[in-house]
Amino acid sequence: MTDAAAPSTEGVLTSTARDWSSDVTTFKGVPWGKAMMWIFLVSDTFIFTCFLVSYMTVRMTVTEPWPNPSEVFALAIPNELFGWQFLESPIPVPLLLIAIMTFVLISSSGTMAMAVNMGYQRNKKGVVLLMLATALLGATFVGMQVFEWSKLIGDEGVAAWGNPMGAAQFGSFFFMVTGFHGLHVSAGVIYLIIIAYRVGRGHYDKTNFEIVEITGLYWHFVDLVWVFIFALFYLW
Amino acid sequence: MATAEIPYQETVPLHHPKTWLGKYVFSQDHKVIAVQYGITAMAVGLVALVLSWLMRIQLAFPGFLEGFGADEYLSAITMHGMIMVIYLLTAFLLGAFGNFCVPLMCGARDMVFPFVNMLSYWVYLISVLVLLVVYPLMLFTDVQATGAGWTLYPPQTITAGTPGADWGIVLMLASLAIFIVAFTMGGLNYITTILQARTRGMTLMRMPLTVWGIFIATFLGLIAFPALFVSAVMMLLDRLIGTSFFMPAIVSLGQKLEYSGGQPLLFQHLFWFFGHPEVYIVALPAFGVVSDLISVHARKNIFGYRMMVWAIVAIGILSLIVWAHHMYVAGMHPYFGFFFATTTLIIAVPTAIKVYNWTLTLWRANIKLTVPMLFALSFVLTFIMGGITGLFLGNVIIDIPLSDTYFVVAHFHMVMGVSPILAIFGGIYHWYPKLTGRMLNDTVGKIHFYFTFIGTYVIYFPMHYLGFVGVPRRYYETALGGHFPDFYPLSAHYLNIFITIAALIVGVAQMLFIYNLVHSYFKGEKASDNPWGANSLEWRTPQTPPSHGNWDERLPTVHRWAYDYGVPGHDTDHIPQDVPRKESA
Repeated sequence: MTDAAAPSTEGVLTSTARDWSSDVTTFKGVPWGKAMMWIFLVSDTFIFTCFLVSYMTVRMTVTEPWPNPSEVFALAIPNELFGWQFLESPIPVPLLLIAIMTFVLISSSGTMAMAVNMGYQRNKKGVVLLMLATALLGATFVGMQVFEWSKLIGDEGVAAWGNPMGAAQFGSFFFMVTGFHGLHVSAGVIYLIIIAYRVGRGHYDKTNFEIVEITGLYWHFVDLVWVFIFALFYLW
Repeated sequence: MATAEIPYQETVPLHHPKTWLGKYVFSQDHKVIAVQYGITAMAVGLVALVLSWLMRIQLAFPGFLEGFGADEYLSAITMHGMIMVIYLLTAFLLGAFGNFCVPLMCGARDMVFPFVNMLSYWVYLISVLVLLVVYPLMLFTDVQATGAGWTLYPPQTITAGTPGADWGIVLMLASLAIFIVAFTMGGLNYITTILQARTRGMTLMRMPLTVWGIFIATFLGLIAFPALFVSAVMMLLDRLIGTSFFMPAIVSLGQKLEYSGGQPLLFQHLFWFFGHPEVYIVALPAFGVVSDLISVHARKNIFGYRMMVWAIVAIGILSLIVWAHHMYVAGMHPYFGFFFATTTLIIAVPTAIKVYNWTLTLWRANIKLTVPMLFALSFVLTFIMGGITGLFLGNVIIDIPLSDTYFVVAHFHMVMGVSPILAIFGGIYHWYPKLTGRMLNDTVGKIHFYFTFIGTYVIYFPMHYLGFVGVPRRYYETALGGHFPDFYPLSAHYLNIFITIAALIVGVAQMLFIYNLVHSYFKGEKASDNPWGANSLEWRTPQTPPSHGNWDERLPTVHRWAYDYGVPGHDTDHIPQDVPRKESA
């Protein structure tokens, strides 16, 4: 079938079947790296799914009360800054920190998408700048996570093996799952910097800059996972 | 063929290593990596074989082995099980056969990311070393290998009283986590190669069944191993920093432990969400290999190729929703038991289709009883045997009395121990000529086969009976002359001795195989390019053994499926895949 101009009336099912039953490549025009990244993400999805399902199971069966997330994760707006008092007393705002963190991470997905777009326009400078911006936002996220952890551990006495508010599993799952996600973000930051450096060095000039999209796939995945972690840990 | 797509591999030159180190040690060539995986897996398998001897001697002649007490026995069953299932069978079928067969059979130059593929092996080696380092530690320190049983159920796994509850279990869990990293790197390569790097004309539905088996098994691995990874991480945290993921409030040796509120059942669910697909991770490549061996050595096309492919896919999907049939005795809602029993029994349908198709392939075929064929045929018989006892155990009501008896031991050894090993032996005898350029010795091979095949039946058949009379598994002393009163009929004791002697003989017979591998490598008869007259692409390489890059400048072009044997009106009895179709024929 030499169908340079495939009939546009062909249905999705037919063209999918044609792709799957053809030779050489199953997914036409998909580079190896991209296919491999997708398959890796499927596998990684199962890791996070197992973590989150375990969390839900234990949270539903544990007998001790579960700490109230809106209190545990509240951040107080300070009533004074550099000696200038502008409020009578600090105002605790539930989920303030986490809202900022989520905003930062979702914004990084935006810059990443723009980097991918720049890649297909072969605008190397744009790619490098936007990937570095993404890495910076990611690093900011990890930094805020460090702040959040130290606040939980230091100020509120939450440890992985127990906490004063209730079920010990609260801290166990929180630190394990956000820690695992944080490792993913940190790895992603390093990955982004390496790829941005190599793009800048002209390493991929002969290609179509798919590598930017592959990096983007990983980054968007990490963001997507955060949405679930956010919903299940902070909103439940 | 009018396909316009040029395989990407034809457009990029392959980098050939220049140094000895780059060619044979840190090699990125999939064939060298396959050999490395194979040798490591066999070496670690020998350790597990020796452990099984120790266990059998203890069961038949308690007290005969000085210093092999209950703790050592429990450690031995745990290490034996884990090594055989993961470090031998999974690593051999996917690491060795997967690496060797996938690029050659798909007509690729190598795996898509050879460097990642190389890392996969070295990380696997690290996991093996972390696993086995416990033995030198046992000699010089008081560290004990974990004795929790290969299922590693908490809370006993990390509670005092279980051997290795302090550090043995940490080594085991760390090793498993490292293994999963290694497997992921290899598995991503196999799947991407199969999907995106085939040669021209090689459609998915023309791939040999070996590749299909490896493909679906790898996919299962990539979605089942995460569950084991997660449970390993969580149990490590329970053990090392005192979280209570799996640990309920518990009194151990008169002391209330620090743990509270965890869910031991959660571990069982995670473990078996990995553990059941694992059975098929091991079985599907074996199915594939056996399908190809039977077709080649019976000189007849595989019966119902499409059905075979869809059966593999169906088994793969079903295997993900049957895991709780391992947990009937753990206590579950009857509706769940009903659900999992039903899905389990449904798996019998696609597996039965496969067995019928193998049988129909043999029907009126020109069967050549070569050594690989003997192993393939014995696989079919053994698999039927193990599969039928699986129907017993899949039913809740029969499973409950048989649970944790030797019936279960016999069942899983037949279905996922002996069967895949027979397929592995068959595969080695089949592909050794292509890998080394020399034939394995036929006589030694046949002696090895009869000892192994008959021997395994002599070992495992009586175990079904032991299970029916209620001999529990994992007990280190069930025989006469032990410290415990006799709960079992005299026949059980004599059978235990009988089984032990058979096991020792079968174990020694494996040395013949190793001798054959080594001796034939240097002194074996020179093999021709295609000694079995097979059709698939690995037999069509320009060199034997295939050089780095496998093919000449141009990759082969595939014109037909891999099973054109004995086509009427054709002058040869087989038509390799890269022979063009004649319009008239």
